[in-house]
Amino acid sequence: MTNARKRKLQNIAALSLSALCALIGLGILFAILFDVLKNGARSINWALFTQDPAPPHLAGGGGLKSAFLGQGLLTLAAAALGVPLGILAGTYLAEYGRNRKYAKIVSNLADMAISVPSIVIGTFVYAILVKPWGGFNGWAGAAALAIIILPVIIRTTEEMMAMVPWNLREAAFALGASYHKVIVTVVYRAAAGGIFTGILLAVARVAGETAPLLFTSFNANFFKLSLSGPTPSLTVTIYLYAASPYENWVRMAWAAAFVVTALVLALNILGRALIKYRVKG
Amino acid sequence: MDLLEVKNLDFYYGSQKALADVTLNIRRNAITSLIGPSGCGKTTLLRCFNRMHDLYPGNRYAGEIRLQGRNILSKNEDLINLRSSVGMVFQKPTPFPMSVFDNIAYGPRLKGQRNLSFLREKVEKALRQAALWEEVKDRLKENAGGLSGGQQQRLSIARTLAVDPEVILFDESTSALDPISSQKIEDLMTELKKDVTIVAVTHNMQQAARVSDYTALMYLGSLVEYDETEIIFTRPQKKMTEEYVLGRFG
Ligand SMILES: Nc1ncnc2c1ncn2[C@@H]1O[C@H](COP(=O)(O)OP(=O)(O)OP(=O)(O)O)[C@@H](O)[C@H]1O
Ligand SMILES: [Mg+2]
Repeated sequence: MTNARKRKLQNIAALSLSALCALIGLGILFAILFDVLKNGARSINWALFTQDPAPPHLAGGGGLKSAFLGQGLLTLAAAALGVPLGILAGTYLAEYGRNRKYAKIVSNLADMAISVPSIVIGTFVYAILVKPWGGFNGWAGAAALAIIILPVIIRTTEEMMAMVPWNLREAAFALGASYHKVIVTVVYRAAAGGIFTGILLAVARVAGETAPLLFTSFNANFFKLSLSGPTPSLTVTIYLYAASPYENWVRMAWAAAFVVTALVLALNILGRALIKYRVKG
Repeated sequence: MDLLEVKNLDFYYGSQKALADVTLNIRRNAITSLIGPSGCGKTTLLRCFNRMHDLYPGNRYAGEIRLQGRNILSKNEDLINLRSSVGMVFQKPTPFPMSVFDNIAYGPRLKGQRNLSFLREKVEKALRQAALWEEVKDRLKENAGGLSGGQQQRLSIARTLAVDPEVILFDESTSALDPISSQKIEDLMTELKKDVTIVAVTHNMQQAARVSDYTALMYLGSLVEYDETEIIFTRPQKKMTEEYVLGRFG
């Protein structure tokens, strides 16, 4: 076999192998999506959003109103805790701490915190906010989610602000602006699109989390729009209902899976569309 | 009394000395050009006048710069106040990511001005002074990033004018522009010197000869020669000046 021929064959082999792997990966992904879509769409009905779970023996009845409300409230509270904190911390790293050694260290730590398994965060919050509190509660769940999004928002804010050219800041200083005015009126404006996209993607990620909620907000069949007690969520509902022997609970788990997947997908697509839009101009 | 009096000014970037014993007076309502080979300290001197160097740690001044008699290098100089009387236009246009109107109103708003009819007047006046009004009067609400490069540079000038400065510093502000836009800015500078004092860094000898009243040649952080532009370009005292303006330097 000539050398050229050999290389050509190697090339073809490598290409087919990687294409095959890509196909398998995509195939599994689409199989999951298809399954969720098929089973989920079948189980979606109006009662799902307006009723609370019926006892398992009442076949066909009930919905997940509480889980929807709880999920919404948990996500909202997590964002309310994590977003302002993350933006302020990111601002500090990008502006006041720029070129400082400790800022670099904090920024690296935030990078590491992004990859901490969420179940670890769940157990951590269990230790500091659930045990001392005397029981599962929504605030602990929101805190766990907030801790997960915090480093993401810190890093996105920092990076987006660092991308704003220095001469823009100098131009504002040259007009007699103080540093905080420069940040608020010029840098935030220039970085707003990027930061917003980052928040969206972070919230999308956290909307699908189950592990940290299992240890914190856990679940409740009835929800009184308060985070001070156990708080239901779609993801924990899926976890608990999918493994139950009751046919109507399993159906509700499918429906919840469908809604969560659709939500996360929609947020991701929106976020990515925003990135594209910004890159274009 | 001259508007700006520079006395024995030294400047250090950390430990690196970039200006050595510069002494010169900037005349009121005139255009003064700073010329000299790359790296000689023109930008460094210009950025002393609005203390832009203070933004970065480690920079140090020695000597005096007096603005209307007050030493602006003193420790208790209010930099916000200083920068609203000494404006600066950069080499590249720097439109803020906001509307044309908000760009011009930026300075007055910093000073606490909220009255809309006052701001409208201020914006129109500044845009007229910068010879930009006719081109943008129907686009005040549009993002300033959509203007052409030359328009953006005049927008930067208008934005500076809206703060009512005594001095405007130009750092090679026409070097990134096409000949027509750059001509417009030159005309504008000549027009503006009725109201303000201008110090302009340029590498363009024709431009310095055409528009400026006084010219200072710098070399290696020192002032070589400073005089009326006509004298610098026709019968300078120093051999180096003659060679530099004739393009035979180096
Ligand atoms: N931020 C800085 N830190 C350290 N040294 C600097 C800094 N900025 C400029 N210098 C040095 O100071 C000297 C003067 O620089 P300056 O930018 O004032 O020159 P210039 O005359 O404006 O040159 P050009 O015509 O290329 O713009 C140069 O030797 C330069 O390397
Ligand atoms: Mg320069």
